[in-house]
Amino acid sequence: MSEIELKNVTKSFAQQNVLDGIDLTVEESETMAVLGRSGAGKSILLKLLIGLEKPDSGSISIEGREITGLASKDLNEIRKQIGFLFQQAALYDSMTIEQNIEFPLRRHTKLSRDERRARAKDLLVNVGMESDLDKLPAELSGGMKKRVGLARALALDPRIVMFDEPTAGLDPVTSAEIDDLILKLKKKRRITCVIVTHDIRSAKHISDRVVVLDQGKIVEQGTFSQLERSENPFVMQFLRGSL
Amino acid sequence: MRRLFTTAIFPGPFARAASRPAKGEQLPAIEMVLGVIAWFGELASFCAKVVRAMFVRPFEAAEFLRQFDSVGATSFPLVALAGAATGVVLSMQTRDSLARFGAKSMLPAVIIFSLIKETGPTITGLVVSGRVGAGIGAELGSMKVTEQIDAMEASAVDPHKFLAGTRILACIVALPLLTLVADFFGVATGWVTTTIADPIAMQYFLNRGLSGARFSDLLAPTFKTAFFGFIIGLVSCFQGMRTSGGTEGVGRSATSAVLLSSLLIILSDVILVRLTIVFFS
Repeated sequence: MSEIELKNVTKSFAQQNVLDGIDLTVEESETMAVLGRSGAGKSILLKLLIGLEKPDSGSISIEGREITGLASKDLNEIRKQIGFLFQQAALYDSMTIEQNIEFPLRRHTKLSRDERRARAKDLLVNVGMESDLDKLPAELSGGMKKRVGLARALALDPRIVMFDEPTAGLDPVTSAEIDDLILKLKKKRRITCVIVTHDIRSAKHISDRVVVLDQGKIVEQGTFSQLERSENPFVMQFLRGSL
Repeated sequence: MRRLFTTAIFPGPFARAASRPAKGEQLPAIEMVLGVIAWFGELASFCAKVVRAMFVRPFEAAEFLRQFDSVGATSFPLVALAGAATGVVLSMQTRDSLARFGAKSMLPAVIIFSLIKETGPTITGLVVSGRVGAGIGAELGSMKVTEQIDAMEASAVDPHKFLAGTRILACIVALPLLTLVADFFGVATGWVTTTIADPIAMQYFLNRGLSGARFSDLLAPTFKTAFFGFIIGLVSCFQGMRTSGGTEGVGRSATSAVLLSSLLIILSDVILVRLTIVFFS
């Protein structure tokens, strides 16, 4: 059984087909990168996987469980198994870094205050942010926000983590640091990762398999080396950055 | 004017109507009507989601108290000032008019009745809609455009309950209490202003003012502001949580939250006053 499975998923906004008949599977502990131009429907694909958007048709199952049409209570049970790192990290700006990490723990676990604090500190140590517990998100740089966002995404020990443009807007050094964090995470926890990106270097570095989206359709998928041998004109141009 | 109507008041439906070619400066009438109906439909659906979510465990007591403090404590000085100013104005304005008809002795009753029955509740509703409505609209709007609301939903927390439900409940509970604050300061400054012009003992002022009053004269108008609180909370959360269009959209949400909640408070007051008369007179 695949960890994530999409069958013939379509999604449109105001008569524009964003996703058009997507069939896709992600296996357990696999890291899959979704590549494509801006507006190709990559972020919508992630939002469909976590139930923030509903598909117009088709089916989406997570760990064998169909999520389209699930009641919000049941959907929330599945969401607890999924971590999500947003493009701009989406940290709660009225809370400190520690409170941001503690938020899902306070909501979904019976940990005491001290246990929650210890867990938050542990997670922040993993991403190298343990000295910034009491800072507000506004005091952090883009890369630091992403690290904290990653720590928050891991708070509930998810089996699947989704990354929306984890390296977008970051300098090459910080991008490489985020990539290394993801690799470390993969190795340590054996989680399934879905990474939406248009950073080809990052996709090559961290993914087991790559899917290329264009105009709402999957035009190519396989390992990065298979992709490099692709004869699809869009893929060739995309990889060379010459579109 | 057209821009204000389309983008600030009903940003969604009217903006769609306005984006189509229109003759001159007029919006297509049918589109406008459909837009308003659609807005009310979406508001009702939002309201149903919030009410349903509020009855599901866990109850958000801590967040409710935080919001209650935010709505109540921060509005207190403004409401007290507005009430005090109203008391002064009522005393100065009605004094002359009553003296002209030889009914100056009725001044305490006019001030107190005006304040507790209508002026206090309405002023409180409008002041809080300006202060709190704009705050909620901007805060939730900002959370929406920076994906914080999506992040909350993705971490299995219902934003309808955690963000909207707590704010709406805080407004419902805070408004009657703030109305009592406005009434108190209004009556106090009404007495001070009256006594400066024509010295009168406070006890005598209150006795004269409250001699014909019943408990329902205070109770019904004060509790009607709970509905004003519901309108402020609901409309502001709704406008905030459907924000789109970046920082400009946040500004539009804050403006429309204040405009729409103030408008609905004034309109609903007409119905609530009628209901008060029917049930309490």
